[in-house]
Amino acid sequence: MPGLKDMRRISLYEWEIPRSFRPDMRGPVRIFATQELIEQVLNDKSLDQAVNATTLPGLVGAVVVMPDMHQGYGFPIGGVAATEYPQGVVSPGAVGYDICCGVRLLASRLDFTEAKGYLDPLADRLNRYCPSGVGQEGVVRVNFPELDRVLREGARWALRSGYATENDLARTEEGGCLEGADPQRVSERAKTRGREQIGSLGAGNHFIEVDVVETIFDPGTASVFGLQSGCLAVQIHCGSRGLGHQICTDYVQDFQSAVRRYGIELPDRELVCAPMDSPEGQAYLGAMRAGGNFAFANRQLLAHSVRRAFEETFAGKLKGWQLNQVYDISHNMAKIEVYSVAGKRVQVCVHRKGATRAFGPGAPGLAQEFQKTGQPVLVPGSMGTASWVLAGTEASMQVSWGSSCHGAGRTMSRARAKHDIRGDALRRELESQGIQVRAGSMSGLAEEAPAAYKDVDQVVEAVVAAGIARKVARLRPVAVIKG
Amino acid sequence: MNSPSPAGFEELPHTADRALRVWAPDLAALFGEAARGMNALMGVKLAPQPRKTRVYGTQASDPESLLVAFLSELLYAIESERLAFDQFEIHLEEDRLQVDMSGAPIQSLTGFIKAVTFHHLSIQQKKGRCQVEIVFDV
Repeated sequence: MPGLKDMRRISLYEWEIPRSFRPDMRGPVRIFATQELIEQVLNDKSLDQAVNATTLPGLVGAVVVMPDMHQGYGFPIGGVAATEYPQGVVSPGAVGYDICCGVRLLASRLDFTEAKGYLDPLADRLNRYCPSGVGQEGVVRVNFPELDRVLREGARWALRSGYATENDLARTEEGGCLEGADPQRVSERAKTRGREQIGSLGAGNHFIEVDVVETIFDPGTASVFGLQSGCLAVQIHCGSRGLGHQICTDYVQDFQSAVRRYGIELPDRELVCAPMDSPEGQAYLGAMRAGGNFAFANRQLLAHSVRRAFEETFAGKLKGWQLNQVYDISHNMAKIEVYSVAGKRVQVCVHRKGATRAFGPGAPGLAQEFQKTGQPVLVPGSMGTASWVLAGTEASMQVSWGSSCHGAGRTMSRARAKHDIRGDALRRELESQGIQVRAGSMSGLAEEAPAAYKDVDQVVEAVVAAGIARKVARLRPVAVIKG
Repeated sequence: MNSPSPAGFEELPHTADRALRVWAPDLAALFGEAARGMNALMGVKLAPQPRKTRVYGTQASDPESLLVAFLSELLYAIESERLAFDQFEIHLEEDRLQVDMSGAPIQSLTGFIKAVTFHHLSIQQKKGRCQVEIVFDV
């Protein structure tokens, strides 16, 4: 397991584990973090998992690790790896089970001081209209042919069905629809799990959070993003539910034999992979994109439910309650992107697992309104702590595969959090800070306690100081709905 | 392998997910303990009635793949049918697994597991005892 002695310090916020650390590495590991944040993960397997990720065939450059890194399974959370397209591999385990898990941010022009007295009924309505919890069914139920349309069209399906606006899609990564999605590559089991869950939050670390835009660091960019100081905003954090979990389960199992067929040797079976130009690789990419489209549609339906809750709570009483989309971005995905490497333009498959795309100004594929600012990078904190809106930079395109951090990052195990923290006491503490809490289970709430996470402000300081994102606004939570 | 009882499971610390150590006198018993351990992690409580029986069979190249397939099958039943199993008669032969299992509808759950991973999954068989550590994505 690598320690500080095995790393080369490049700058205050940038470290490298050289390729010489282990003979099977195909490239170095580049870490963006303070020394304090690195020391926090030396006791878990994050860096070991990052080293393992460098063994993926066709790896280009370094495996990049963000300051919110923590131990996952196979690939570290907060990790980014690029493989040469199309001869390199795609690895389902390097995307994760919650395909296209991500964050959507909606913003209002409703001043918090006016809205404060309505937070209790607002939280109740959000909790009622946004189904959450273990295996919970969603707000709509579709038949199998309709589900295939969701898998092909993503948020475009939601637009056609009256759950979205054109502006929502313009402010969603890839317009909310990943090209190349192939529903035929998604198993019947995955479809059965997903069919009843569209428009549901799920459990675990997924949440809906009402925030106040507390501080604006860049007024010009905040204005482009639609953020106004002192006004309410809403974050939705969830993914592709059981459909995505089953797609990953299916392909990780199938690829156990694919690696043998292609003569690929790996240090961890969870990293199994297949060349992108192989039938197995193409099948996974088609299925993963379908899972991604399901996630975009899922967050779109939840946004629709959130808007309903806002309308019923504030319409006719206060002004400025309408919610406009700031952005929707995934942090678990593999995407084909173009970068300049050693003076050459190369196409690579960028695997991001617990890392957010952070394209800078002028990057291809960004919506017109973000061409000058760079894309919004959404960094949710933990309950009771701040969240951040950052913007992508040109430097991120050069040093971190157009990526930045995705959250605070866990630091305490779920078992210990449940042992050390009482859910009901935590709820009272949060409510004493003026945060409304609606939670499906008190033990689930305890697992997600702020004390179980790193300091999100430190994480943001690290990516900003490293130049791979810049600050736009800081948000403060006032209501949290958890599964 | 220092655990006192011949078969059992215990939760291991994991930063973001859940992990179990499972041990048993033989491979078949290990599969049953792993299933019971997974149910325990999710806090599965079964309704007393009606009892349901099912036969599950699969084939794979190694015992680890059979274990992941078996536990994934149980997860699928939990999510898609709200049905969990707590009694298992397990037959393992080379690369084949057959399980006669019985269970009941789920009365309540306290947590959920998204998936069973292959992360450093390696069944150790020493001195007539089997042990494995399993990481679950939650």
